[in-house]
Amino acid sequence: MTASPERFDTLIIGAGMSGLAAGIRLALFDQRVAIVEKHSLWGGLNSFYKLGGRRLDVGLHALTNFMAPGTPGAKARPLARILRQLRIPFADLALGEQHGSEVAFPGVRLRFSNGLALLTEEIATHFPAERDGFARLVAAVTDYPPVEAEERSPSARVVLREYLRDPLLVDMLLLPLLYYGSPTPNDVAWSSFVVLFKSLYEEGFARPEGGVRRILELLRGRYLEAGGELRMRCGVEQVLSRDGRAYGLRLEDGRELRADRILSSAGRVETLRMAGPEQAAQIQPGDIGQLSFVESISILDTPPADLGHAATITFFNDAERLVYARPDEPVDYRSGVICCPGHYAAEEPHEPALRLTLLANHARWSALEDADYYALKERVWDLGHAAITRYAPDVRPHTIFKDVFTPRTIEHFTGHLNGAVYGSPRKRSDGRTPLEGLFLCGTDQGYLGIIGAMLSGVAMANRHALAGGSGKADTVLSGVQP
Amino acid sequence: MTRDEIIAAVRDIIHTIAPDEDLSNLNSQERLRDQIELDSMDFLDIVMELRKRYGVHVPEEDYKELSTLDGCADYLAPHMADKELKLSV
Ligand SMILES: Cc1cc2nc3c(=O)[nH]c(=O)nc-3n(C[C@H](O)[C@H](O)[C@H](O)COP(=O)(O)OP(=O)(O)OC[C@H]3O[C@@H](n4cnc5c(N)ncnc54)[C@H](O)[C@@H]3O)c2cc1C
Repeated sequence: MTASPERFDTLIIGAGMSGLAAGIRLALFDQRVAIVEKHSLWGGLNSFYKLGGRRLDVGLHALTNFMAPGTPGAKARPLARILRQLRIPFADLALGEQHGSEVAFPGVRLRFSNGLALLTEEIATHFPAERDGFARLVAAVTDYPPVEAEERSPSARVVLREYLRDPLLVDMLLLPLLYYGSPTPNDVAWSSFVVLFKSLYEEGFARPEGGVRRILELLRGRYLEAGGELRMRCGVEQVLSRDGRAYGLRLEDGRELRADRILSSAGRVETLRMAGPEQAAQIQPGDIGQLSFVESISILDTPPADLGHAATITFFNDAERLVYARPDEPVDYRSGVICCPGHYAAEEPHEPALRLTLLANHARWSALEDADYYALKERVWDLGHAAITRYAPDVRPHTIFKDVFTPRTIEHFTGHLNGAVYGSPRKRSDGRTPLEGLFLCGTDQGYLGIIGAMLSGVAMANRHALAGGSGKADTVLSGVQP
Repeated sequence: MTRDEIIAAVRDIIHTIAPDEDLSNLNSQERLRDQIELDSMDFLDIVMELRKRYGVHVPEEDYKELSTLDGCADYLAPHMADKELKLSV
């Protein structure tokens, strides 16, 4: 005897940034919508947790795409547009701007901050021969058409050759963009380069007071208030379909839910596998992302500024050429990202901290026995901090508490295969899958990072769940893409 | 609803959609898009809110009628004459 399955207009897999944003759009317009999330906390790749009595963020280095209200054009930029679509007043994010960041290579450092002024000046100083080229690059980024399918986009490195001659400057400009949003080794699609260049350099970095918890509280609150349902500890086992059309979900506990359509933020390969063997057969070699990271958080007894470190974020590379790829070793110490969450115009976090991100190899971490795994985490924290002393103070003697997470942690808590933070190198910008009524949002649709994921959720909800399939509304709505 | 009430209804919808916009100086004859930041997504939200709050269905070919507040009042008057004004704030 089974009760007949519950019915929804739309079901959303995953309560990360994209799933919550999509859910808000649908709930606002009175759809019956449920987000089903495997874990007990929402937020996905940018969730939060408590350890040793401390409230920690999984991910937050920076909210990208910051532009101060009142800056000409700010209202047409992604951050303002998403907030309007989600009906969240700008002030509610309580954003504090960065103090200033830098890209550091052996012997040369480029500082940048919100807006292009400082970066432009730094390039004129350190790469005088590239001044005009950089100006032309900025113009090309501005003129780039707003919507172009990622699949057809050329490589950013190839396009950059038209503007810049010095490979060192190319590597330096690419480093932050790759670490903050490239699913492909050593390069990124030109279409993504444009989006990332705007988000990181033209716009910039800010921190919401309270960290990622504030963003997630706003999203979750808005969603529930609009009438959406959020079901935690509700892992999806299977996407149910008949005659090429998805009609529901089977949960890990065996229950079934029905819906007219499904949006999945679990990732493309992950979703196709849930859709059964016939769909899984469409997965090609190379579809699964390979790039993952180790992230460490060190809580300090002294603010980094008192140890002589002023930057908000330092993107460093110690090797002759930048290598952004899956390392053969568990961790690659040659390049990475150092972030001081206290270096924003905000009164918090109350305890000084320093975060370090390094590229990592998922398979190497997954093969370890537990004891070796924990021992390696300790070693990587130690060696990692020893390796970056050219770019940051040695915080090891000042560390009162630390946590390290690995590709294994990321895969465990988010389901992203290989712990691939930026998902598959092959994106589906239209969000379609081989099944009617099953759509992708988030990481594998193509927009990355916190703002990107929210934008993706909004765009896919508008396009596939609100537009009613009408051709014209579809075109109007796809105008969401930045 | 009177003409003024219809304009109040549309202003209220715009306020809901774009809480950060100052609407106090909106001119009813000028295009909304020229006065406040509304992109196509926001514009669609106006249409969807009209449907949600007042049950008025605006077909796509008529969207252009809604480009000014006066245009909204003209176009919506026959559809909203028998509706009650519902303000969200
Ligand atoms: C260490 C780290 C630091 C980062 N720092 C930043 C930063 O500073 N700024 C920034 O902009 N971005 C940052 N990012 C990237 C950003 O967090 C992600 O791009 C973004 O959160 C992705 O959101 P999403 O909704 O696409 O996917 P996810 O957050 O992965 O959401 C997917 C959700 O689906 C759930 N799910 C998966 N499978 C199932 C299933 N079978 N059943 C039910 N639920 C399921 C998962 O549990 C997860 O909650 C960082 C990421 C990491 C890992």
